[in-house]
Amino acid sequence: MTKGFKIGYRFMIIVLAVLAAMLLAAVVLVAIGADVFNTYRVILTEPLKSVSLISEVVIRAVPLTIIALGISVAYRSGIINIGAEGQMAMGILAATGTALLMPDLPSPALLPLTLLAGCMGGCLWGFIPGFLKARLEVSELLSTVMLNYIAAQCYTFCLRGPMLDPAELTMGSGTPQSMRLTRNIWLDRIIPGTRLHTGLFIALILGAAIFLLLWKTSFGYKMRAAGAQERAARYGGINVPAYLIISISISGALAGLAGAVEIAGVHRRAIEGITGGYGFSGIVVALFGGLHPGGIIPAAFFFGLLIVGADMTQRMAGVPANMVQVLQGIIILIIVAAKMIIANPYLMERTWRRYAGLFKKEIA
Amino acid sequence: MNFVVNILALGVPFSVALLLASLGEMVNQRAGIFNLGCEGIMAMGAFLGILIPYAAGHGGATPEIFNIAGLAAATGAGALLGLFFAVAVVTFRSPQGIAGIGLQMFGVGTAGTLFRHFVGGTQSVPGIGSAPIPILSKIPILGPICFSHNVLVYGTFLLVPALWYVLFKTPWGLRVRAVGTFPRAADSMGIKVNRVRYEALALGGAMAGLAGAYLSLCQAKMFSDSMIAGRGFIAVALVYFGHWNPVSIMGGALLFSLAQSLQLAIQGQGINFPYEFAVMLPYIMVIGVLAFSRKNQHIRPADLGKPFNREMRI
Repeated sequence: MTKGFKIGYRFMIIVLAVLAAMLLAAVVLVAIGADVFNTYRVILTEPLKSVSLISEVVIRAVPLTIIALGISVAYRSGIINIGAEGQMAMGILAATGTALLMPDLPSPALLPLTLLAGCMGGCLWGFIPGFLKARLEVSELLSTVMLNYIAAQCYTFCLRGPMLDPAELTMGSGTPQSMRLTRNIWLDRIIPGTRLHTGLFIALILGAAIFLLLWKTSFGYKMRAAGAQERAARYGGINVPAYLIISISISGALAGLAGAVEIAGVHRRAIEGITGGYGFSGIVVALFGGLHPGGIIPAAFFFGLLIVGADMTQRMAGVPANMVQVLQGIIILIIVAAKMIIANPYLMERTWRRYAGLFKKEIA
Repeated sequence: MNFVVNILALGVPFSVALLLASLGEMVNQRAGIFNLGCEGIMAMGAFLGILIPYAAGHGGATPEIFNIAGLAAATGAGALLGLFFAVAVVTFRSPQGIAGIGLQMFGVGTAGTLFRHFVGGTQSVPGIGSAPIPILSKIPILGPICFSHNVLVYGTFLLVPALWYVLFKTPWGLRVRAVGTFPRAADSMGIKVNRVRYEALALGGAMAGLAGAYLSLCQAKMFSDSMIAGRGFIAVALVYFGHWNPVSIMGGALLFSLAQSLQLAIQGQGINFPYEFAVMLPYIMVIGVLAFSRKNQHIRPADLGKPFNREMRI
């Protein structure tokens, strides 16, 4: 096998995977009678047409990056965290609670405290499935999903009960949301007139930090070893259950932080539906970015584009915004399948044997 | 006494969606495939189940045939989605946990997209009414509990022994269990491992689709994006709880649905308890059940979750 063939083979599979994904999504689009090409055009290009729209894309990329970084830490350590949605909700509750309890603290103290509270809330929600898996062999796939539903109920309970805006009670409109949080926790806006906030830098710094943690420390090496080959890691003296718990706790903490950043930067109060599927999109971003910070950051931008674009198709092409969930599901399925095909040496061998003659002629 | 009978009579139909989906998932897992996309298939089933009766009658009364067509469409679509999942996890050997999440997002997303286009807002349909069995439903206590529901309820409970027979007494059942336990041995005996897994996934998917249609046509008589509410995942957990055995799974499904109807009854009695915590209860129960059934991990199908590759040497 020549090197050129190997590269060409991988490239072809990726091209085929992208085509397959677009084709599958087109089936759904045709079913609802939409113009397929126009829909793709709107999703992929319309959000890039003005500064304020691009800033909206970046605003969505910020929590996606932070969550996907966490998910990739867990994934690399051998635990699949589907619970980012719930961890984010708990992070928001903890951060909002802190900001509501101590509104008078000066900003340099309150802002870090709020973000830390968000981390702790998510961390707790990540620790539970980690502990259950390490000690009681409970599948994290199921426990994290269940914790998502539990967190969602906790969230509505708090917004309708203890954290409800007193103004909503007097006005009687009863929208379940907290009061506007103190100015001391606000993250500054970078570009005036848009909602783009300094959380962007938090996400970028975290990307670098996670890279250093996973690839430049022995701690990260042990986490990756535990995920890559559990038995070998155990034999090598790594306390695999402990690293499992730690990695999913980090994952939860990052999801919680994403929630805290989201309220401090964008909404400035806790409202219903704030998590809006970020937890699940984070899984797609992490996989799409190759579970590496260098890939996750552009991937988060791409999926931010998809989310904003899908909102626009609703108005411009009559395609419901749920379409973004369809795309994400297809992308997950296609990525995992394509990965396996690329990693299959037998298939590559067979393809080489069948088409080797073709290649040699070209070389000659 | 009346109170208890009411709870039981309410709990039995509640259990059907869980039981159907869970039995389907059991067939999948017996064949060695961990199908976490059950939730997505149920969502598609729930939507398709309601689409045909709604399109035919626009919310008004419809002939029974359209309801049956809805159920058939849901079952067929479920089988197709099961085969689609099989392409990903059997042919391409993708990791099953994460591929299942993909299928779940695809199913829920597609159901939501199509629903917004074809139906729009919350629309109710007459659905399938109950059909009490003539003489048996008059028996005191037992009558209202067992014999005054709709046809699907009876059918699902009859499916439990039927599936037990298929799985443990027929050649196909033996093949399914063989490919889930030791595919290499099955392969050397001339069983086409991937083919059996495809068949099992189609059957499991069809049952999950029907379970979804039961939710929309018989229970809620409407469709909404969040109506499955994790029942697909609870069904997966019930398979663990039920030792991969149809009868124990039925017990688990009944336990869950009785807890749910008990909670509704307690709320009906006017006992003040935050609504959100009541909704949380089944999810907490799942985690508890999984935590206390850890020993079951050792009796599960030995090759559960592992793709089979004929060409790979051990």
